[in-house]
Amino acid sequence: MPFSLLNLKALMPEIFLVIVASVMVLLDRAVREKAFFFWMALVGTVVAWLLARESLDLHFGASYLSDHYGFFFKTIFLLVLFLTILISPGYAKREGFHFGEYYGLLFFAVCGMMLMASGTDLLVIYLGLELMSLSIYVLVAMAAGDPRSIEGSLKYFLLGSLASAFLVMGLAVLYGKTGKIVLSELAGWLTSDKAVLTGILFFIVAFGFKVAMVPFHMWAPDAYEGAPTPVTAFMSVAAKAAGFAALGRIFLLAFYPAYAYWVKLLIPFAVLTMFVGNILAVVQTNIKRMLAYSSVAHAGYILLGIVSGTKEGLSASMLYLLIYAFMNIGAFATVVLMQREGRVGESIFDYQGLAKLYPVPAFLMLLFMFSLTGIPPTAGFIGKFYLFRSVVHAGYPIIAILAVLASVIAAYPYLRIVMLMYMREPEREIKLAPSPYIWLALGLSALGVITIGIYPGSLLTSVLASVF
Amino acid sequence: MHAETAKYVSDAMHYVAWIPGLPFLASVITLVFGRWFIRDKAHWLPCLAVFGSFLISLKALWDVIHGTWANFDLFTWVAAAGIKVGVGFQIDPLSVMMLAMVCSLSFLIHVYSIGYMAGDPGYYRFFAYISLFTFSMLMLVSANNFLQLFFGWEAVGLCSYLLIGFWYEKKSAADAAKKAFIVNRFGDFGFALGVFLVFVFFGSLYYQDVFSRVHEIAHETLNIFGHEVAVATLIALLLFCGAVGKSAQFPLHVWLPDAMEGPTPVSALIHAATMVTAGVFMVARCHQIFELSPVAMAVVAAAGTFTCFMAATIAPTQFDIKRVIAFSTLSQLGYMFMACGVGAFAAGMFHLFTHAYFKALLFLGAGSVIHAMHHAPDPNDMRYMGGLKKYMPITYWTFLIASLSIAGIPGLAGFFSKDEILASAFFSQYPWGKFVWAVGTFVAFLTAFYSFRVVFMTFYGEFRGREVLHGKEPHESPKVMTVPLMLIAIGAVAAGWIGIPEILGGGNHFAHFMAPVLGHPEFHVPEGFEHAEKTLEFGLMGLSVAAGLLGIFLAWLVYVKKPVLQTLVPRKLPLVYRYLFRKWYWDEIYLYLIVKPTLWVANIFVGLIVDTFVIENTVNGLPATVRVVGGGLRRFQSGVVQHYALIMAFGVVALFILFHYYF
Repeated sequence: MPFSLLNLKALMPEIFLVIVASVMVLLDRAVREKAFFFWMALVGTVVAWLLARESLDLHFGASYLSDHYGFFFKTIFLLVLFLTILISPGYAKREGFHFGEYYGLLFFAVCGMMLMASGTDLLVIYLGLELMSLSIYVLVAMAAGDPRSIEGSLKYFLLGSLASAFLVMGLAVLYGKTGKIVLSELAGWLTSDKAVLTGILFFIVAFGFKVAMVPFHMWAPDAYEGAPTPVTAFMSVAAKAAGFAALGRIFLLAFYPAYAYWVKLLIPFAVLTMFVGNILAVVQTNIKRMLAYSSVAHAGYILLGIVSGTKEGLSASMLYLLIYAFMNIGAFATVVLMQREGRVGESIFDYQGLAKLYPVPAFLMLLFMFSLTGIPPTAGFIGKFYLFRSVVHAGYPIIAILAVLASVIAAYPYLRIVMLMYMREPEREIKLAPSPYIWLALGLSALGVITIGIYPGSLLTSVLASVF
Repeated sequence: MHAETAKYVSDAMHYVAWIPGLPFLASVITLVFGRWFIRDKAHWLPCLAVFGSFLISLKALWDVIHGTWANFDLFTWVAAAGIKVGVGFQIDPLSVMMLAMVCSLSFLIHVYSIGYMAGDPGYYRFFAYISLFTFSMLMLVSANNFLQLFFGWEAVGLCSYLLIGFWYEKKSAADAAKKAFIVNRFGDFGFALGVFLVFVFFGSLYYQDVFSRVHEIAHETLNIFGHEVAVATLIALLLFCGAVGKSAQFPLHVWLPDAMEGPTPVSALIHAATMVTAGVFMVARCHQIFELSPVAMAVVAAAGTFTCFMAATIAPTQFDIKRVIAFSTLSQLGYMFMACGVGAFAAGMFHLFTHAYFKALLFLGAGSVIHAMHHAPDPNDMRYMGGLKKYMPITYWTFLIASLSIAGIPGLAGFFSKDEILASAFFSQYPWGKFVWAVGTFVAFLTAFYSFRVVFMTFYGEFRGREVLHGKEPHESPKVMTVPLMLIAIGAVAAGWIGIPEILGGGNHFAHFMAPVLGHPEFHVPEGFEHAEKTLEFGLMGLSVAAGLLGIFLAWLVYVKKPVLQTLVPRKLPLVYRYLFRKWYWDEIYLYLIVKPTLWVANIFVGLIVDTFVIENTVNGLPATVRVVGGGLRRFQSGVVQHYALIMAFGVVALFILFHYYF
């Protein structure tokens, strides 16, 4: 690759994020004004998105390409970041976070995710993944007063390192056999050579870990439960989306010639993920753990788009991730709203009779639960519909049937929350921790869930157009 | 005939989306916040929303009259391989007339309900449902495709179910709601099949695509069990199944009388003026398909004529004031289908339009009476009424106007539309036209008789309810109820004036307005009368007026002048009387032919075998299994990080084993 193609402008959004993140971390001790960081982060997010749009179609050598595929994912990351910032202030204040560090780490994580989404060689993707992971390990441990937070973070870190080891191993095998790390060049070298195919196995393990695929999902419930709730919201959506962004590009671009091989390996794991996630969600009584298992199950659904191996399938996965961002952040925002102090609002029984006391949050929660279940006219239904349809079109009707069965099980944990909210009398006193920003986040999420649910047409076309 | 299709534009009148939109928003907000927050103020939002819709529909009417027709998709709803359907609107004379009619009546009935439903524990629920109904009905009539029509069709059915069973703690109401829903399943099943067939043969569900290419199926046939059946006949009859259920025509008419268990404003809006006429609207909307098939036209005419006659014979024997009016509705719906069955779709729609006003007025008047009688054990029983004229003057006068209108007294709305139907039938190109006309004229006599039986029994003579009301005197209803009565009375008088026939010096504007959509039926003057067409038409008109006057006179004779005559028929012809009083025994016939056998099969087969062995085990067994499996899997989540790493390692091993197994 000649260096004349070197174009830093392509990297403007990432560079900008790093600068803002560094400034925030540096100013953390100097500026006492918490609102300063809040607004800086919000504005920074919007500017980063504008820069990302500005840098469309530019590339940095052969390692980084700011295409529409990457831009779609960057939009998801920044949207999730924006909503996370909105739901954070009250919680962060109560738990005594350092605001500058907190937002700074979120920015670093998003920067890593953006590198994963737009990276076109394995090394850049690996570096992005590490930047994201390291930032999130620290974020999970942010609630230093709570031992579960430290425990979750440590488990996530230890197991994450193991997963990274597998990734580096896979990288080494591929590079050793082919001498290539650029995705598009790698595609030409893939043969039915067993050693090369073994390299792919390691990638399945590593990315399976990042998106919480069974049996590499064990970290998820502990980390999700221990992490501060806004961080849980952030990582459950953004980190998963980043994992899928890289997974999609690597498997459907570089490894596509070997599709017939890896798809057979991926299918049993995808099916297992859907069932284990949903079955375990049934027995949870802590809403964050329940949503953690639900997030595992959703990884299973989204994998189906990759399993399809078609443009249609990948676009269905992308659409689902966007929908998942709205409904999952919405659900977590409601949890944050409920958390006035300590552990309150984490047990599902805290939601008993919520509809009677606070009909609006209850109704929004109902909306998000319906969407997670996949009931029309919410967006969740649209997302599942296109995912399952893509699997059928790809010639795996049985998998679609299994996926539908798995989502039947999923109805139980979600609708149980709805039942508790609407059909039980309140037993404990419930007090909300409202703030205009949480309401804004809830409103935006609800708007997304409903709008996409009723009017998916044009969005679908644009997603399909942004597949590489 | 339909060269005007080019008239439709797609870039104008998008504001019509607000017509159904406003009641929908009002309904959702009322439903969510009504129970705890809005409570007894629940009427404000729905009333304002529907009034807004009414104003917008007037604007739409104005635009259509001035030549703008719209057909556009608001957005794509379903886009899958080979099928694309949007949420869209087709605004032309037919739909805009329905929009204006539905909005105006719905608004007035909303207002009336403020008084009628005051103090009911389900106050907010009532307004949420009735707004939802208004939304569904508006979606139904303004659709530009069959799927949205079907959506509206089912949604109005659902609202009807919810509102018939509004007082669900009353067993009779819950049963009536179930009956309405189940009976309609039969019709809707056929309707859905009809829509599927339309899609199969035209590859599209948009009206424009289907109707502009309707001639393509003119000679197509389908082989069903060895019989060649014309596709047009099949589609038309299947669609008509839906109309038979929704518009309560024989043999699916049995649900409508029972539906009177719902609150009276519901009877007025849903079971008289709007929903039950959806069948007629649908037949008119699809008239191109029906016209291709003489068989289907004959079936429509036969169902209409039979129902018209049957219901009119039952009505005079009933004592429940709302049931009499319900049978009158059946009979009038029969008239509308008679018109469709002789190709006079515009006449059918015209009667639909006028009927909406005078029948809603009859129901609301009856509601006002029931409101006054509500302390009686059965406030609907006319045997306890009488002499109410002096207590409730406004109710009396408006009720009288509606009754004169339905009896076909010249100058009032009912006269013009009924006459249009009878004339169209008489001069029809179809061979059954004369028969339809003869039955129609006879039923005009019966209609006048039973309508005035109600008037005389309720408002004349002495008040017979002192005992059941414990000496209390009935009183006029509050203004919030009587003002809507007076406003609708204007409609019951004047709605017909837009369709005064040429022969009476009018312009028949209604038929001309509808002609681009519904066409003009050909008039066949019988041989020998070529030069006396006008005389003949006047003669027919005179005959139907005479039939109406005779009916009123007979009612006066029997119920005012010589009350002893009331027992004449029950005494002299007990069998006939019983047969009519028991509504031709249709309920009993269905009970023994359909309900009992179904229940028997359900109990023996489904109840004992499927329910106990299959479903019980599945329903109880599956969640138990899930819980056991979940509990087992949960044990892996020990919290010990070494275990987690071990499980990951197992995963890797499994992956490698799979790899070696495959390759």
